[in-house]
Formats: sequence, C-alpha cells, structure tokens
Amino acid sequence: MSKFAHKPRFDLGLFLKKTAVSGFVVFSFILYVLDQRLGGSWQARQSPNPGAQSNVSSKVFARPTPQASIQPTITPVPGRLYKDGTYTGLKEDALYGLVQVQVTIQSGRMANVQALDYPQDRRTSRWINSQAIPWLTSEAIQAQSARVDMISGATLTSQAFIESLQTALDSARS
Amino acid sequence: MLHQTRIMMGMPITVDIIDKWATVQDLGAVFDYLDRVDQKFSLFKDTSEISRINRGELGLSSASHDMQTVLLLSQKTRMETDGYFEIVHNGELDPTGVVKGWAVYNAAILLREQGFENFYVDAGGDIQAYGKNAQGQLWQVGIRNPFNLQQVVKVLAISDCGVATSGSYVRGSHIYNPYDPADSLADVISLTVIGPNILEADRFATAAFAMGRDGITFIEWLEGFEGYMIDRSGIATLTSGLGRYLA
Repeated sequence: MSKFAHKPRFDLGLFLKKTAVSGFVVFSFILYVLDQRLGGSWQARQSPNPGAQSNVSSKVFARPTPQASIQPTITPVPGRLYKDGTYTGLKEDALYGLVQVQVTIQSGRMANVQALDYPQDRRTSRWINSQAIPWLTSEAIQAQSARVDMISGATLTSQAFIESLQTALDSARS
Repeated sequence: MLHQTRIMMGMPITVDIIDKWATVQDLGAVFDYLDRVDQKFSLFKDTSEISRINRGELGLSSASHDMQTVLLLSQKTRMETDGYFEIVHNGELDPTGVVKGWAVYNAAILLREQGFENFYVDAGGDIQAYGKNAQGQLWQVGIRNPFNLQQVVKVLAISDCGVATSGSYVRGSHIYNPYDPADSLADVISLTVIGPNILEADRFATAAFAMGRDGITFIEWLEGFEGYMIDRSGIATLTSGLGRYLA
C-alpha cells in the first residue's frame, strides 16, 4: 500500500472563479449599499467643467480593511482564464446582510456584476464608469454680511450642558 | 405671521409661520409634538423609552411605533452609508443622529397638514423650510462660521427642502467614526448638507461627517444632495451642484 494518499486534483479554474466571485461580493456590495437610497440609479456625475480642479481622494470610504474602492479590486487576468457565461457565487455574509453575486463573463473578461438576494431584494446591475470623478471646488471661508432668516450650524450646546445649567439655576434659586 | 423659539431637546427650536392665518395654538401644537419626541428619545431622561430600552426594561419588539420607525431608519441609513452611520455607542442605543431630522420633518408635516405653505422649523440648525419668507423670497439660510459663532460664512437660498449641519466644534458630539473610534474627526469641522427634506439631510450629514474628508465626496455622489464642508484650516469644499442653492 502506498504511504502517499491520493490528493484531489487542484482545479485552478474553479479556484480563480471562487476567488473572483468572493472578491466581487464585497466590491459589488459596496456599490449596492451606495445605491440603497430612495429610488434612483447610481450614476456617476458628469462634469460640467472638465477643467475644474478636483482635490478628492479616489476612494469613497476610508476603512481599516482594504476593500471599498470605486476601482475594481480584482486585477484583470490576461487571456481567457474565465469561460464565458454567467456564474452565481455562494451567499456570503457581508457584515450587514447576506449577499450573493452573479458574474457574467464575456470574451473572457468580467463584463457584469449583479448582486442577488440583498436583504431589501433589489437587483442591481452596474457598469463601473471609472472615468467619472466628483468635481468638488474649494474656497477660503469669508464672513458674509447679508441678512439671513436662520442659521445652520452644529448644535450649540449638548443636552447635558442644558440639564446641568438647569440644575445649577435650580439650586441658585433655592 | 408667528415666530417662537423655545429651548427643548437641549437646543433652541424655532418655528416661524408666515401664513397670516397662523395661531398661537398652531405653534403650540408643534412644540408639544417635539416635547413628546423628547420624552421618548432623550437619553438624559431616565423615564424615556430609549433609556428604558438601554436598561433592558423594554424589549425592542414591545417598543412604540415611533421607536421602531426610528430604529429601522437607523438601520437603513447604516446600510446606505457602509456602516458610517452607527447608533450603537458604548453598548447603548443612541439614535440622536436621526431623531432630530425625523422629528423636525414630522413637525413640518403637521403644519403642512394644517394648510400652511410658508414656514420653517429649525431645531438647533436642522432646518425644514417651505414656501417663501416674509419678504417673499426664498428662505435665506446662513452657514455658521465654526471659528466665530457670531458670523455666517455662506448664505443659502432654499425652499421645500432640508438643511442639516454636523460639526465637531461643540461639546458632547454624538458622532464618531465607527471604524476608528479614536479618530478625532479633527480635519472636518463642519459639514452642511442640503437634501430633499430635513430627515434625509440629517441622517446623511451625520454619516458623512463620520467619514471625515471623504464625507463631502459621499455627498457629491449621492443624487439629490449638496454639501458644504469646512475644514480646520478654514477651507470650504463645495459639491458641484451647490451653486443652485447659493443666494
């Protein structure tokens, strides 16, 4: 009897597929979460002024674990490592609910990513427009002298301060 | 035309109705509603529903309809902001970041149902405004200068929408970065968000503020919202569509 047990043959295609899908689970979930607001599709803003300066970071969220990014997190693999077709991943726990991803391969590349079975059960199909970036502008703040009806600012005092002030006033009265 | 300010929920709350048929009772009804919200949601009141829930005396499934609504809204906001909106702080529920906007919006709806068309409700800088001001113009909302609280650094002209400002220049901020609680969020001092109503503006302003400098980018991506962020150097960043609200 041979002392080496027969090892199951490693299936590279299946391994890569699963890795790709689980990576897209997180990636597409992030996009899906971005889209979870009232109605509306997630569309990149078109710039009204292509020359405007943009001083923003390329990622939307800062997280300690490297995941969320507008750019795809999977490096495209050259050649036809992926067979064309539509593949559904396993249901993954994406921290805020179960997510299941469906990936469509066309011409050997990942063409479409769809999130299935999201808790609120909306189906999303998104093409990532990596060319669209937000066009924010900056200015130094300046005091305005115009008359205003009301002012928006962070709450001036905390509840605790008011409560404390009230009790101090109460004892001042007694 | 009637105007009144009261200190409630730990902040000055102003109701201003331009429509001529407003009565003192109409104003009173708004403040009564906000007082009921305070009785239910104040963490500083031992008898409030939220305090009882936090002490384990009341289960979530037995909570009032309003409480369940607010908690569901918090959950929805958390999912929509990748977890940056978070109401669990130090092991207890603190839905302050959404209750204010929700309550102000409900108060405004109360007035709309009475037929009022020109008014605003302002709870500590969270504003829902409809129609026109006394001069027949859009409501002129000033953004407070975080470095000089007597000054205004930007004037917005708005109607039929909500304006909320999250900031770090006050005591007892309920906002923190759930991904790094030690993060002092010091770079962004103030983030003002204009949204379709004050409920939407408030919940996203709270979440976006917890994102630090990325918050203004989040607001830029969000359709139907505009923002004005002020950092600790006194530099403001505007979303690309803010211009339509500038006076």
